[in-house]
Amino acid sequence: MVRFENVWLKYRHEGEASLASSPDVIRDMSFDIPEGGFRWLTGPSGAGKTSLLKLMYLAEHPSRGKIELLGTNAARVSRREAAMLRRRIGVVYQDFRLLPHLSAYDNVALPMRLARKAEGQVRADVTELLRWVGLSGKLDRRPYELSGGEQQRIAIARAVVGRPKLLLADEPTGNLDEEQAERLMLLITGLNGMGTTVVVATHNLALVERHPAPRLNLLSGRLVDDG
Amino acid sequence: MMARRVDHLGLRSAMAERLTPILVGAMSFLAVLAIAGALAASSLAGRWSQDTGTVLTVQVPDPDAPAPAGGTTRLRAVLDLLNVAPDVSAVRALSGAEVNALLRPWLGADAGQLALPVPAVISAVLSGGGEPDSLRAALDAAAPGTLAETGARWAARVAALTGSLQASALSVLVIVACVASAVISVATHAGLAQRRETIAIIHGLGALDSDIAGRFAVRATLLAAAGAIIGTGCALPVLFWLAALAAPFAGVLPGQNAMQLPFALWVALPAVAVAAAVIGWVTSQVTVRGWLRRMV
Repeated sequence: MVRFENVWLKYRHEGEASLASSPDVIRDMSFDIPEGGFRWLTGPSGAGKTSLLKLMYLAEHPSRGKIELLGTNAARVSRREAAMLRRRIGVVYQDFRLLPHLSAYDNVALPMRLARKAEGQVRADVTELLRWVGLSGKLDRRPYELSGGEQQRIAIARAVVGRPKLLLADEPTGNLDEEQAERLMLLITGLNGMGTTVVVATHNLALVERHPAPRLNLLSGRLVDDG
Repeated sequence: MMARRVDHLGLRSAMAERLTPILVGAMSFLAVLAIAGALAASSLAGRWSQDTGTVLTVQVPDPDAPAPAGGTTRLRAVLDLLNVAPDVSAVRALSGAEVNALLRPWLGADAGQLALPVPAVISAVLSGGGEPDSLRAALDAAAPGTLAETGARWAARVAALTGSLQASALSVLVIVACVASAVISVATHAGLAQRRETIAIIHGLGALDSDIAGRFAVRATLLAAAGAIIGTGCALPVLFWLAALAAPFAGVLPGQNAMQLPFALWVALPAVAVAAAVIGWVTSQVTVRGWLRRMV
């Protein structure tokens, strides 16, 4: 499902001709997550959690190593194939990344519309999902009209509306109180129970303890614990 | 809320709504004038070349003297020769009054009053083109000193001038197209910069490059076409004014509509809007796709 083999990552900064002078943010990382698996992604700030997730949703290319996602070698896909692969990956960002000029409904509908699904199916799926996350009464609201927790649930709904095979979440509970965080985890574990592979990056070790699962523990860009 | 064609990228507020059509409109205004200039030059040159290139003017000095072959005057001998010459028609000797009218601007008075020896002048039409060298030799034999001139040299110069004007107009069109493309590119870059975060999100959700580029291209195409229509509309009064000014040179007779524009120009006017739209579409597609490749 997700396989990293000796993956390294450097960021190219603007104006730099080569990567040689950039520091490694991911170092020689290898792991394997089976289909339907759940992994916590833990580690201190700057350990490389977000960078690792970016590699998983193809927002970055590794400077070295091989990444296999959903049975596809990520290095050998065309731009079109990469876009198709992204449609099978749901991402929940720490800062939600909702489109401020779109309503809650349209934000959630976006992945389906990009995939050119029929509007009838979009309406049915989006309405159902918004009901599932408890926001059926706020379809027309813009993100800035919603609380942090509500925005996070919109982001979750958008991430899963395309029935992704892989769900990635970057600090999904970072902006939520404990009750909302717990409710969110129930949503995510529910999806995992339905067969979606899930990777959740978090600082919240109490949350990890309440939902025991294998961990990818990072330190300074290296994987120090896998299991 | 549930409309399928929702503006995902928020482009209605991202791309310069006013500046782009105004700048493209200014470029279109110049393009229309350049096209009109090229067409007018071509039309006038064609008319002038046709007129000057086919006129044969023959000057016969001492026209009343006996011809070397005898039996008639030099003028009569030349007229007889021209009347039977192939490719020569409409042979007509100008009257004394007509010759005086031609000379008056240079002499300031009638040639007769100045006691100058004035040659007879014969006007004819020469078909077939080129210089009538063999005819010149025959005319000189019939009446020594006879000069035969055609407008071929002038026609060649007019053609060269027209070619230069058309090349200049083409250069103007190329420059205008490049500037319009640059304007669209800058507007698209501004829109991309303003919507960078949105595009990154949509890209991450699986949008194809063609999805994003297509939305910018549609917007840029509409703005460019609107600008071109405005620019062309602004150029129309100028074109009518220029047409009225050029009417005397274009063979427009009194009573005819002096502000009539040539058919080719009426075809070219909508073509400017189409060209602007194509430039808008292509430029924005190339700009957005290049930008996306640099982004990821």
